[in-house]
Amino acid sequence: MSVLNAKIPSGPLEQKWSYYRAHQNLVSPANKKKLDVIVVGTGLGGASAAASLGELGFRVKAFCYQDSPRRAHSIAAQGGINAAKNYQNDGDSVYRLFYDTIKGGDYRSREANVYRLAELSGPIIDQCVAQGVPFAREYGGLLENRSFGGALVSRTFYARGQTGQQLLLGAYSAMMRQVHLGTVELYTRHEMLELVVVDGRARGIIARNLVTGAIERFSAHAVVLATGGYGNVFYLSTNAMGSNATAIWRAYKKGALFANPCFTQIHPTCIPVHGEYQSKLTLMSESLRNDGRIWVPRKKEDVEKIRKKLIRARDIPEEDRDYYLERRYPAYGNLVPRDVASRAAKERCDAGFGVNETGLAVFLDLSDSIKRLGKKVIDERYGNLFQIYEKIMDENPWENPMMIYPAVHYTMGGLWVDYELQSTIPGLFVLGEANFSDHGANRLGASALMQGLADGYFILPYTIQNYLADQIKVPRISVQSDEFALAEKQTRERIERLFSVGGKTPSERLHRELGKVMWEYVGMSRTKEGLEKAIQMIRDLRENFWKDVKVTGSNDELNPELEKALRIADFLELGELMARDALHRNESCGGHFREEYQTEEGEAKRNDQDYMYVAAWKFLGDDREPELVKEDLEYEFIEVKARSYK
Amino acid sequence: MDFTLKIWRQKDAASRGRFVTYHLEGISPDCSFLEMLDILNDQLVQKGEDPVAFDHDCREGICGACSLYINGRPHGPDDAITTCQLHMRRFRDGDTIVVEPWRAKAFPVIKDLIVDRSAFDKIIQAGGYISVNTGGVPDANTIPIQKEHADIAMDAAACIGCGACVAACKNASAMLFVSAKVSHLSMLPQGKIEAARRVKAMLEEMDRLGFGNCSNTGACEAECPKQISLSHIARLNREYFKAILG
Amino acid sequence: MSSIFTSSVGKKLMMSLAGLFLIVFLLVHLGINLLLILYNSPETYNRAAHFMQTNILIKIIEIVLFGGFFLHMIYGVIVQIENWLSRPKGYRVANYSQTSFFSRFMIHTAAIIFVFLVIHLLDFYFKAKFGEPKLVTYSDGKEMVDFGSMIIAKFHLPGFVIGYILAILFLGFHLLHGFQSAFQTLGLNHKTYTPVVKALGIIYTLVVVSGFTAIPLVIYFD
Repeated sequence: MSVLNAKIPSGPLEQKWSYYRAHQNLVSPANKKKLDVIVVGTGLGGASAAASLGELGFRVKAFCYQDSPRRAHSIAAQGGINAAKNYQNDGDSVYRLFYDTIKGGDYRSREANVYRLAELSGPIIDQCVAQGVPFAREYGGLLENRSFGGALVSRTFYARGQTGQQLLLGAYSAMMRQVHLGTVELYTRHEMLELVVVDGRARGIIARNLVTGAIERFSAHAVVLATGGYGNVFYLSTNAMGSNATAIWRAYKKGALFANPCFTQIHPTCIPVHGEYQSKLTLMSESLRNDGRIWVPRKKEDVEKIRKKLIRARDIPEEDRDYYLERRYPAYGNLVPRDVASRAAKERCDAGFGVNETGLAVFLDLSDSIKRLGKKVIDERYGNLFQIYEKIMDENPWENPMMIYPAVHYTMGGLWVDYELQSTIPGLFVLGEANFSDHGANRLGASALMQGLADGYFILPYTIQNYLADQIKVPRISVQSDEFALAEKQTRERIERLFSVGGKTPSERLHRELGKVMWEYVGMSRTKEGLEKAIQMIRDLRENFWKDVKVTGSNDELNPELEKALRIADFLELGELMARDALHRNESCGGHFREEYQTEEGEAKRNDQDYMYVAAWKFLGDDREPELVKEDLEYEFIEVKARSYK
Repeated sequence: MDFTLKIWRQKDAASRGRFVTYHLEGISPDCSFLEMLDILNDQLVQKGEDPVAFDHDCREGICGACSLYINGRPHGPDDAITTCQLHMRRFRDGDTIVVEPWRAKAFPVIKDLIVDRSAFDKIIQAGGYISVNTGGVPDANTIPIQKEHADIAMDAAACIGCGACVAACKNASAMLFVSAKVSHLSMLPQGKIEAARRVKAMLEEMDRLGFGNCSNTGACEAECPKQISLSHIARLNREYFKAILG
Repeated sequence: MSSIFTSSVGKKLMMSLAGLFLIVFLLVHLGINLLLILYNSPETYNRAAHFMQTNILIKIIEIVLFGGFFLHMIYGVIVQIENWLSRPKGYRVANYSQTSFFSRFMIHTAAIIFVFLVIHLLDFYFKAKFGEPKLVTYSDGKEMVDFGSMIIAKFHLPGFVIGYILAILFLGFHLLHGFQSAFQTLGLNHKTYTPVVKALGIIYTLVVVSGFTAIPLVIYFD
């Protein structure tokens, strides 16, 4: 029996959401303008939520750490957004998208949430087209689709290689319209550093004005976190440099449960690491796997020659190439889900077949498609990706296949939320990657955009009203209460503590060390021993951080060193929770691969008997171990099977 | 590789700035320009000095946060890239590199190389959108859109709002930025409905914020990391004439 | 509607329309001037000039022409001042983007052309209108200003010829950017036709510059 109540509406799967909406509480137009909502983060989830809430008449305060809301990292999503429109007449349906997502997530997500997501996927596309998102079109003027990993249908809508950018700009424009109309107040270059809880309800935040350093108090009737994922705990990831976990980590420490922190997605098609100074990994869209074939040489001697640059990829004859995904997974081939593709690449590289000097790279080869479709078509589809690759690698991908390697990309875990996207702190809602809800142990490609927008446009604007309906008599929240004063004091103390360390090492270096530990022991494959070791190492690193970190400047100015140090301090705590979660989950599922739990062929071995639950962690104090709270997952409408893409 | 850097340092908006010279040694040619600055900052922090502040975020050329006017060119000596995509192999060993912030009245310096580009947000607020609320919209395939038109709209919509156009323009004009949005939306049937109102409102805001006038010089187009074409400015002009004559 | 006189695009529209009008005027002016070297005597030229001076329609157009000059200049100066103000602090390293080169010097070439124009008008136009110009009577009994001889006399002064040719060259620089820029400002940009417009601009500039410089040279070396 679950301890956590996800508040899933009763009734058949396909009627749950309409049932919910028919019976939920709503707020009248006259009362909406008396209610304040804080939205932290302006990516797809945050911007679409702020815009939609503003349109409804709520008073919204939107925060982002960037100089403009348009720069949130949703912008970097390349490939596309899934929707069960079945425009291609290839057998797609809401149920099939739902099924693919549950299966892709390795049966670790909540049925009702995922079904709702699939239901809302269609309206998202309608909304985006109405906003002017320039999706790719056929010559007949209708929308075009491509296929993505983990699906047998073409349901991915895209805008060249910049789908995330276009969707974000759509949501951003909608939000800017509300700023113009006065319903949304915008706070750019502001970073949330603390959540304020008053009488058990989320009532505000403490934010630092990144330009002046002022520690400011903001209050509202409800707080919405849409602050993205925590992949930067690995230091090197495809996340933006500023992406951080501070908002959700602070909420965790104020009582919100953190669910499935170990579920991390390693994306198979990134540009390989090339140097110690490297700050960031660049993704090559998964869409390339539509037309690309992944391979390594079959013979070790070819590998050696390639590494020494004596021969090039194209010199290796067809029969000496190992298209290992096609070999191992004939049904899905190069389009297996991300976790499967990533592990397969690691397997080949661990076996010594990696094709660059570091031995950590495989080929992504589009030459067959270039031959078949012509350079023009491929250029239209992926031209910008080829250009990015060439700029970074200084090598022409038209002549030689790209080299790729898996990299940290997305975190399925996040703050635990119920069906209403509300966390365990009443009045605290969490959207998009920041919550844990829809992707289980592995996210399918082109589903993050879908989730962010579903949460922001179509779910939160309803569910938050169910909460706010009994708040209409609560006057605007004062920031003068003891709770606000205390939260501000704690924030100031945290900052002062960082300055007072007076160590020698720049925080970025300590972050890099944390990243190495995380990648080595809490990365693509994990073991009990490794995780135990990692927990100790992270603790040591954390201790060292508070003895040795050097933060220059002062609080009263624009101070990127302070910003980084604050974020890293939180990563150093979160990393341990991730390792702890990975250690407790004695099974392999989705992005979580424990070497002890695999089949003879090296496939992940799930343990549905003991681990078919959401592991939500409750903070009990800095010096105490967190408490594990379980939400059992019940599959009423789907038959739980071993995941096979063969 | 070794470099001499002359970097604009300015404590805050109110202070007077100056160029400070730094020497860096042993930089890998595969290092990106921002990673080179990271290395410099690492050294500065270790020495207890204030590191160089610069805007950056995604480091993959799409968020538009990075800026930097490097040796006379916004985003440095390469075409169709942002500063984060610039690699040190584009320089010669021993080069002196002058790094300045974007310069425009509408983009005041906040600190060092960071400028305030919120003027762009204000222009979008004035009308850079299609006025539809969430919900109640028709099915996405109800209105077919000619592929060529969708492609032109996408060309324009690729703008990342970095401000290189303003930085490059001898007049600090924001016309390329504004035209990209006007062009994107006016190419689509959904956007045509309020095209007249949009172009007037956005231009009015642009003028109010103190950007210069377009003199069709083309520096914006040459420096745009997304290669947005001057033809969008022409389209903006047409939209504007239609709006005031119609 | 009033924004057409105050908005940045509106101001540029005014400038480009006036500029295009001046471009047409220059061709007419060149056509008449060429009469000086195409015929042996200044009579044809003087008759043409006389027609331009007396025809009522031309007189109206003349007012429009002055209006055009005035608009083009006033807006040019306003736009330039605004442009300077939009970047109060400049760069240490000058921008070297790939751009239309002459577009960077429009205000400078304009200033030179303006000085030339003042001298030019004082020398010929105002002299004829308000001074006591030299008159000539032709066989049909018509008396008119003998512009032709005045010009021919001027074009025998080496300093004048050099100054005149320099001014025309600067006019050419101004036109090289101005011609195509006017089309762009009017919104006339097209994948196929814009290269044609750009080529036409160069041809036009070559015609105007070579025409106007040929006249003093031919006369001087005659």
